[in-house]
Amino acid sequence: MSNVLIIAEQGGGTLRKASLHAVAAGRALVGRTGGKLQAALLGSGVEAAAQELAAHGVPVLVLDAPHLAHPIASVHAAAVAKLVELTQAGYLGAASTAYARDLLPRAAARLGAAMATDVLGFAGDGPSVSFRRPMWAGNVLAEVELSTPVKVFTIRTTEFELAHLGGAPGTVHRVDAGPAGSPRVRHLGFQSVKSERPALTEARVVVSGGRGTKGDFAAVEGLADALGAAVGASRAAVDAGWAPNDWQVGQTGKVVAPELYVAAGISGAIQHLAGMKGARVVVAVNKDPEAPIFQIADYGLVADLFQALPALATRAKASR
Amino acid sequence: MPLKILVTAKRVEDPESKIRVLPDGTGIVTDGVSTKLNPFDEIAVEEALRLKERHGGEVVVISAGGEKCQVELRAAMAMGADRAILIRHEGPLDPVIVSALFAKVVESEKPDLVLLGKQAIDDDQAQTGPYLAERLDWPQATFASKTVSLESEAEQKREPGLTLSADGKELTVLREVDGGVETLAVELPAVVTTELRLNKPRFASLPGIMKAKKKPLQELAAASLGVDLTPRVVVKRLTEPPPRKGGVKVADVDELWKKLHEEAKVV
Repeated sequence: MSNVLIIAEQGGGTLRKASLHAVAAGRALVGRTGGKLQAALLGSGVEAAAQELAAHGVPVLVLDAPHLAHPIASVHAAAVAKLVELTQAGYLGAASTAYARDLLPRAAARLGAAMATDVLGFAGDGPSVSFRRPMWAGNVLAEVELSTPVKVFTIRTTEFELAHLGGAPGTVHRVDAGPAGSPRVRHLGFQSVKSERPALTEARVVVSGGRGTKGDFAAVEGLADALGAAVGASRAAVDAGWAPNDWQVGQTGKVVAPELYVAAGISGAIQHLAGMKGARVVVAVNKDPEAPIFQIADYGLVADLFQALPALATRAKASR
Repeated sequence: MPLKILVTAKRVEDPESKIRVLPDGTGIVTDGVSTKLNPFDEIAVEEALRLKERHGGEVVVISAGGEKCQVELRAAMAMGADRAILIRHEGPLDPVIVSALFAKVVESEKPDLVLLGKQAIDDDQAQTGPYLAERLDWPQATFASKTVSLESEAEQKREPGLTLSADGKELTVLREVDGGVETLAVELPAVVTTELRLNKPRFASLPGIMKAKKKPLQELAAASLGVDLTPRVVVKRLTEPPPRKGGVKVADVDELWKKLHEEAKVV
């Protein structure tokens, strides 16, 4: 019997969708440990997000205080460690977002716990649950055990379904957030990247451009908008300054697993494949018939992307 | 205000190499696989050098592992780091152990700043930085990045992306997070981990490589540091993911659309 605590996440009072994948992972895990699943939300003014989370049938603990408004890792880690004690959790998890990747290793250190990052699935039962996770950019899958009393993990959201709405809503409990302390960190600002397009890691369709765009992403963006897709880029395109940092798909960028991934003018370096090979259907458009991307693409089109992509966009618009 | 900076330099498999798992699943095939300095650590070393060039101070590189880790420490010194510390340990390491070992070195070296790559590209755990910060009770800023292009003039001039305050007590860090960029000011001493786009690391020059051979490389036995060396992250078995099969080539856009619509049903 081991309880599971999932740390959910909100931004500006809105629950992040990634948290619902984490709740689903938590549910899968309690199925193995036999314990109780609870979620927690930290921040300032997060009541509505907590209610939304609870509507997915999970009890929610809320730590709502001005000093939690910004996700300062040391402050949130101290609060999370208290929550683990309070809930007697043997497992502490979250979706593998920037927030959790900053926070959970720090919380783990505070708890004397070991951690598994980017977990894809669980195996085993009871006290000996092990974690399946990628290493070497997903070229290797590892089965790991954590030998500490508390075990910490983040999950790769693309590997778990969303928790379902409905059923009896979970309770929402406010927990004392404790003293503010002096973290020796000041939050000076947040510059958000605004986009009309879906988030790269949550999009159903992703259209990415690489070196073959020669710096002109208009065709890539045109097709993406026609398909209601997110736009991605290879590292080569980002390094060249053709695409913003947060478009990068790959080992060192974002890992995506959409229904459809269109790689345009991307050769298919190992680095890039690590970020998109979880896609259900991969389309490659490249002028070079020898490009390695064709070896993993479900549908390969040897063509000039500046002609092929607009033609595809026209069809996409016509079929809407 | 001169800065003393401790920066990590992990030895990893070259990211361009094909990684294969041993038939018994106990490890990976290392024959014919070259190694290099972890790319994220390389960025951390570059940032440390830029900070030193701007503010003065010392750059000390550190690693934990077997004797061969000297190669990557020398590579970091060839870039310009002043000296190196290798914590020798032949057994398996995990972020719990490594952060505890690094914390011991921090206690004796007393740096103003510890810079680490945000993750190592072998185990991809991305934990050691925050573990270390918590052990030291220091502020942390993970995923340090910058908003100016790596093709910009500032980058050509090798300006640091991390900004030290005039009194030398605080470091301003731009963090690459989901949906945007967060700006944090952390009081020193602090732990900062580096994101890919913080800088473009320099290449070691030939004189740099020659000089690095003579720079001090101190070895410490892990067992002498009073740290529990029992792995807490136990890798039971490695496997290779099922290979993604290539599909078909289509003749033109019409055929592609038709396949996507009727066969794959994704549009």
